[in-house]
Amino acid sequence: MKGRFRIELTAMDVFMVRLFDTIDEGNMPWLLAAERGLREAFGGDLIDLVPSYTTLMLHYDCLRLEHGQARERIERALDRLEPAGTELGERHEIPVWYDPSVGPELSRIAERAGTTVGEVVRQHCARDYHVFALGFAPGYGFMGLVEEALATPRLTTPRRRVPAGSVGIADRQTAIYPLLSPGGWNILGRTAVPLFEHARRGEPLLRPGDRVRFVSIPRDEFVRQGGDTTSLEEAR
Amino acid sequence: MKEATAQVASLRVVQAGPLALVEDGGRFGVRHLGVTQSGAADWVSLRWANWLLGNTLNSAALEIVIGGGLTLEAESDTTLALAGADLCAELDGEPLEPGGGFRVKAGQRLVFRQPRNGLRAYLAVPGGIDIPEVLGSRSATPRERLGGHAGDGRPLQAGDRLSWRGSADTVRRLPPSAGASDTLWGDRLALVPGAQIGHFSGPSLYRAFNAPWRVDDRADRMGVRLVGPTLQCQLGSMVSEGIPLGAVQVPPDGQPIVLMSDRQTIGGYPRLGALTPFAAARLAQCLPGQVVRLEATSRAHALETHRRCLASFC
Repeated sequence: MKGRFRIELTAMDVFMVRLFDTIDEGNMPWLLAAERGLREAFGGDLIDLVPSYTTLMLHYDCLRLEHGQARERIERALDRLEPAGTELGERHEIPVWYDPSVGPELSRIAERAGTTVGEVVRQHCARDYHVFALGFAPGYGFMGLVEEALATPRLTTPRRRVPAGSVGIADRQTAIYPLLSPGGWNILGRTAVPLFEHARRGEPLLRPGDRVRFVSIPRDEFVRQGGDTTSLEEAR
Repeated sequence: MKEATAQVASLRVVQAGPLALVEDGGRFGVRHLGVTQSGAADWVSLRWANWLLGNTLNSAALEIVIGGGLTLEAESDTTLALAGADLCAELDGEPLEPGGGFRVKAGQRLVFRQPRNGLRAYLAVPGGIDIPEVLGSRSATPRERLGGHAGDGRPLQAGDRLSWRGSADTVRRLPPSAGASDTLWGDRLALVPGAQIGHFSGPSLYRAFNAPWRVDDRADRMGVRLVGPTLQCQLGSMVSEGIPLGAVQVPPDGQPIVLMSDRQTIGGYPRLGALTPFAAARLAQCLPGQVVRLEATSRAHALETHRRCLASFC
């Protein structure tokens, strides 16, 4: 992608590699290829590489590599970049118990969309979501894009405690909270899939480029999977 | 041979203070998983504490914030070292000078009272605190429930025990060269301007680098808020992107937040740039109310200063 990227100085030993300006599902194959190419180009001189929706932040070892050398390596790696194939990502089916007790914003989203709670659930489960980026918490994957009608802005006042497994919507993005944390997303339901345990081992279940399909399950199935039915408001 | 004969030594927490966490040099190579860097907020003082005992410089030590009555009892004869903030530490009632190694006998109590200078003290033990690594680091991150002495990121509580297997025969004092990397003094924080700096208005940039900034009490290992003139940026919210250590981000209220070791991995506010690693360590020692100044510096000069700081440990 010769010439189609910008390299910006971000800190003493950090570059921001900017590939795109806006969020788009079409960015993913390029970002994934860039991540692979940059890891290869830097090897042991890389301290951290943080991909996001449109950028990759590259923190290199400034005691082993000169600034100019680092920039050259980035340019060389990206000049001959080809987009990654679609075979890269995995597809996950995530079972979710959609219920007002664990998903208090179901009715808010339904009201805004002028439809029923059942229809909100159907639409949330009706498409594959791309994992755009990991961030906010270990294993927290930002996914999208949700049906335009379901797009709902964040809560005006974030909750202090959102339980692990909570599935939420913010604008056209959707995500699962891997562990109990504060949060302002609109919560629709809960999954028993142990995202945090995967992340803690350094093997997050969801990775950028993966696709996720939510599947609605009844309460007893959720319980059988080890789900915690404590209502969101009572969660401690 | 040495390992076979190594004795386990330990400290028991008699009383917990406001916040004490086991920290090392940080958790690297995992930020793409959404896992924060973590590690000692004042990484320079962590290194000095370890240097005093002849440890590997990034070994796990205790980061003690404020003090506030934290009481530790030695369960064996040992050697310990303190660097960073002066928190009026006492050993069995005798004041301990900050910045040195000292011998402790089994049963003696170490108490940390209140900050006299700085905010965070580092207590090193021979060979480093012996706990398993989580994702390549022993650092505790409470928000992520990772690492630390309990493995779940939680701070020290009464009854907890810290143990280690190393030994230190010498008691070192800080060398005169340590002054060059002292994070307890000065009000200037060097900042490398970033690519978004051109989006701030001219008057805002003038104020950013000339006005005094007060460290707010909304300050923790994640970020430190600075209070002063309002800064204006044409960029509203951006697409979230990676955040480096020391990033000075400016949310719509115009009051900067400096992002520290436990910062979120990605975020979407425009940034003036990033403090140098040394300036971030300096800020980690500032108490709420303290006044600091931002000083623009070139990347090359920042690197030169950084290398000089690292060389002082030789």
